[in-house]
Amino acid sequence: MKTTCIMCPVGCELTIEKVGKEVKVTGNSCLRGETYGKNELTNPMRIVTALVKTKLGVLPVKTTGMVPKNRINDVLKEIEKLELNKAQAGDVVIKNVCNLNVDIVVTGNY
Amino acid sequence: MNKNLMYDVVVIGGGPAGMAAAIESYNQGAKTLLIERNEKLGGILNQCIHNGFGLQYFNEELTGPEYALRFVELLSKTKVDVLLNTFVIDINGLNVTIINEKGQTVVQAKAIVLAMGCREKTPAGIMLTGSRPVGVYTAGQVQKMVNIHGKLPGKNCVILGSGDIGLIMARRLTYEGAKVLEVLEIMPESGGLKRNIVQCLNDNNIPLKLKHTVTRVVGNTRIEGVYVAEVDGFTPKLETEKFVKCDCLILSVGLIPEVDLVKNLKLNPKTGGADVNEFRETNISGIFSCGNVLHVHDLVDNVTYESKLAGTNAAKYALGKLTHKKPFNVVAGNGIRYVSPSFGYMSEKEDLMIYFRLSSRITKSYICVKCGENEIYSKFVLAANAGEMQKIQIEKSKINGDLTVLVRGQ
Ligand SMILES: Cc1cc2nc3c(=O)[nH]c(=O)nc-3n(C[C@H](O)[C@H](O)[C@H](O)COP(=O)(O)OP(=O)(O)OC[C@H]3O[C@@H](n4cnc5c(N)ncnc54)[C@H](O)[C@@H]3O)c2cc1C
Repeated sequence: MKTTCIMCPVGCELTIEKVGKEVKVTGNSCLRGETYGKNELTNPMRIVTALVKTKLGVLPVKTTGMVPKNRINDVLKEIEKLELNKAQAGDVVIKNVCNLNVDIVVTGNY
Repeated sequence: MNKNLMYDVVVIGGGPAGMAAAIESYNQGAKTLLIERNEKLGGILNQCIHNGFGLQYFNEELTGPEYALRFVELLSKTKVDVLLNTFVIDINGLNVTIINEKGQTVVQAKAIVLAMGCREKTPAGIMLTGSRPVGVYTAGQVQKMVNIHGKLPGKNCVILGSGDIGLIMARRLTYEGAKVLEVLEIMPESGGLKRNIVQCLNDNNIPLKLKHTVTRVVGNTRIEGVYVAEVDGFTPKLETEKFVKCDCLILSVGLIPEVDLVKNLKLNPKTGGADVNEFRETNISGIFSCGNVLHVHDLVDNVTYESKLAGTNAAKYALGKLTHKKPFNVVAGNGIRYVSPSFGYMSEKEDLMIYFRLSSRITKSYICVKCGENEIYSKFVLAANAGEMQKIQIEKSKINGDLTVLVRGQ
């Protein structure tokens, strides 16, 4: 398959092929691109950013690492369920979300 | 009343540009004031909650608010004075008139850094016809509505323009439960970053229709839908016109530097921002400019590099340490839409940092800099889009006359 790498704004055009049991990535210009390309064919991963509700208003959150693309909706639902009193940047609001080994952390302040 | 205020350097605007400029100005030993009209620092970054900021500058992937907080933190370690909730209403020479809860005051500066960012183009700005019902917004407005206030602009949205803010908002709206029906782009190619098309549109199965535009907005009090047609150049092909029912139209049609505050500022017609020299100094001696008010940036990292330069040089100017030697021009050649700065000075030790944009997408080409007949710089690029800002750095020792930045084949 052909796709654009999303790891950084350079946007390398990747070609991802299965050669025997190995996945081969070409067109990348760094290691991050190779990992991204390999995952894209087998198990695409994304960072998720969203909002969490608090009594003082919404605050931005993110996953501390990548989650499988087909689990993004599950992660969003867990975040949606929360209603906190208040929070600040750096607070972990969900540990090990959906058993994906990443946390949901607040990224900004009111 | 505010008491009589005097500073070496006054920085206007507390976004990433203003914060970086103020920190560097302070580091040079200048007494520095940073003025921001909002109740908090960070500018537009506070509403950009997605990740992808700081990969170059911090070598980490941060969200907009996190990038802003890094600079708020750095700033708190300096003695830069910060005035929040303070609007600059006039700049006259090097006098800055501010207004805040204490009233109106004139701040005297020895140098000024303009860092006011940009604003979005409006429906009138792109000559959109039809009525103006509730439900027509700019992408930045929607970004603020959703990300800061936690409200949705509509349930079924059409986005006109494929700029990055529109693409990012297509994903945000989808995550928040709205349906983004389609993204329309009048040009044959999107101006947004390729990665945003992949992760925002393709990931969420949102169609991007190139060479399409909105021909009419329908609805009296609230928007009921839009007519969409294919275009031939910029002219809609009326036989292709079809009605799309929607309750929200979002315009992501570009940004313009917010320069109105300064009278007699010489502008670069290609960028809409000031025409500057390598110190990012405008035609008005002592007034410097950086960030989106100078030219619209797609990457905040570039804003930071540029603003550190402007802040450093503003401080040097205020302290009488900035020297202007023999000037040379920097010109946009074949394949280059614009360059910033438009001129530099010979024999300075510092490298010359040039930002530029391509006229159109290039593949397997060289980006070169010529000084007279000599090619003093060349870089091979596999592929680069017109929408992406480019940055190059040239050693001063190689420069002995005017420079032309250009694209050439093998
Ligand atoms: C609506 C919008 C959305 C964007 N979204 C993205 C995105 O999703 N991803 C991305 O990479 N880039 C995005 N950008 C680009 C982003 O703006 C730049 O990367 C960077 O944040 C620009 O920094 P800046 O400091 O030049 O401007 P800004 O961040 O706009 O800061 C300018 C500051 O100046 C203040 N100001 C203006 N006039 C006055 C005055 N008269 N008196 C006092 N203060 C004043 C403003 O309140 C503001 O805080 C967006 C830009 C806009 C306009």
